Amino acid sequence: MNHQLALHLADNALILGHRNSEWTGHGPVLEQDIAISNIALDLIGQARNFYQYAAQLINQSTQQPNIPSTEDSLAYLRESHEFKNCLLVEQPNGDWAKTILRQFFFSAYQFYYYQELQKSKDSTLAAIAEKSLKEVTYHLRWSSEWVIRLGDGTDESRSRMLKAIDELWMYTDELFENTSYEHKAASEGFGVDISLFKNDWDKKVKEVFEEATLPIPTKELNNVNWFGKEGKHSEHLGNILAEMQFLQRAYPGCEW
Amino acid sequence: MEIIDLEKTFLDKIKEEIKIEPKDWMPVQYRKTLIRQISQHAHSEIVGMLPEANWITRAPSLKRKAILIAKVQDEGGHGLYLYSAAETLNISRQEMIDLLHQGKAKYSSIFNYPTLSWADMGAIGWLVDGAAIMNQVPLCRCSFGPYSRAMIRICKEESFHQRQGFDILWTLSRGSEAQKQMAQDSINRWWWPSIMMFGPNDDASPHTKQSMDWKIKRFSNDELRQKFIDVCAEQVKLLGLSLPDKKLKWNEQRKHYDFGEIDWQEFWNVVNGNGPCNKERLAARVKAHEEGAWVREAAMAFAEKRASPNPSKGGEIVAA
Ligand SMILES: [Fe+2]
Ligand SMILES: [Fe+2]
Repeated sequence: MNHQLALHLADNALILGHRNSEWTGHGPVLEQDIAISNIALDLIGQARNFYQYAAQLINQSTQQPNIPSTEDSLAYLRESHEFKNCLLVEQPNGDWAKTILRQFFFSAYQFYYYQELQKSKDSTLAAIAEKSLKEVTYHLRWSSEWVIRLGDGTDESRSRMLKAIDELWMYTDELFENTSYEHKAASEGFGVDISLFKNDWDKKVKEVFEEATLPIPTKELNNVNWFGKEGKHSEHLGNILAEMQFLQRAYPGCEW
Repeated sequence: MEIIDLEKTFLDKIKEEIKIEPKDWMPVQYRKTLIRQISQHAHSEIVGMLPEANWITRAPSLKRKAILIAKVQDEGGHGLYLYSAAETLNISRQEMIDLLHQGKAKYSSIFNYPTLSWADMGAIGWLVDGAAIMNQVPLCRCSFGPYSRAMIRICKEESFHQRQGFDILWTLSRGSEAQKQMAQDSINRWWWPSIMMFGPNDDASPHTKQSMDWKIKRFSNDELRQKFIDVCAEQVKLLGLSLPDKKLKWNEQRKHYDFGEIDWQEFWNVVNGNGPCNKERLAARVKAHEEGAWVREAAMAFAEKRASPNPSKGGEIVAA
């Protein structure tokens, strides 16, 4: 089992968790401030599990590493081109509609992904997937309900949802585009063949959008030739990391 | 019943430590005092999320990041419990929030100080949550039932807040020279504002006597402050750091620490709106509220739409 897949899963969870945590203290209503913070917390927890495992794999494969990898060295000391998260999760929060839609697209993806990953030949990945699936099931329900509520709420909430769809839809194709490390992991029985649940994801989006009275985007996705999953990111990730990694970079080698 | 009998029943209950419940008769002033105090307390929890949220995205490790999010989220929960407790006294959360946003309701002045370094997450947990606990533990026995029950739930979580703060400072105090300095600088900035959290001296505290008689309060401001200082003066030694008070000294006769003069002018300045962050804190709350208006409206519109014609789809409202 190669560490790349574990890193990819960790990066996805960390970056979205980080984004969601930008809402903490600033949510539209107290209950939802707490809910989005809770989702941030779940995602950061998932990221930690995947990073710890990735670090273990890296340390095993390196003969006597001078400085062993840890969850924090992986999160705080890699450069943006080394991150393997998809572009969707690094998109800025925007308004509540955009945050909700980003969460919905991603939670639906994680939901089917983790269902498959539970069957992994790698028992650690399978265990993390199983544990995380419980959380993601709630995230998916919560974000679906909000998509429906905003889509079928007021004229304003509807038009904000339409704008969010317009801004985020283009990032959903990357989710189902296999990278070489995903391919390899899937063929060896450790990873997940993401093409297997593309239809489930489409169906889920359709079902929720229909109830939200929102149009399902039909626009052909223009396979952008750049993939966060392979380290080709938008400008946003660099800014996230500049902020997130600041203390670790400014005071190297310290305990916190 | 005559008012005089009602009042007697009320006072008897207070005397016998029987909780006053929302439906019971209570003096107008008792109700007013509680609304003021509980809503002020709730606002403090919510405004208090801001200075710490300021460091969530810069937390230096994943573990600290998770702990900090959980901590700030807890404070949001405390706000919820307290708004609910105040609502039992016939005032809505919206009314209370409006008063806050109009600058008519107060919140704890401590949150008008800026968080300038990571060590401030430590100092806030240790000192600010620490002072809050000192204030709040006796409130678990407050005569008003809903407030007392809310405080019991809150206090359970507060001790974790204080511990994680102390742990941050502990780690820094054992780190590099720069980290030690960061910790000391933070304690220097937060110490005096923390001991001001107990409020004015007893002789300058107009509400204290009545609140003690009604068993809303159990100890005076000065008693609690002294207790807090005694505890911190010992704990700071474990950190190998110091409190910024040259007059701090154990007094064998009093069996308490003596301490220096509090700058009450600064206290009143900050209370009256002229602290370093008063404007920003309030502006941040107003902004979140205003930017959330369309979200709350949409949730309400949706709930109404789904409520009657098609009950099977009944939407959960804002509190979903
Ligand atoms: Fe609190
Ligand atoms: Fe607290």
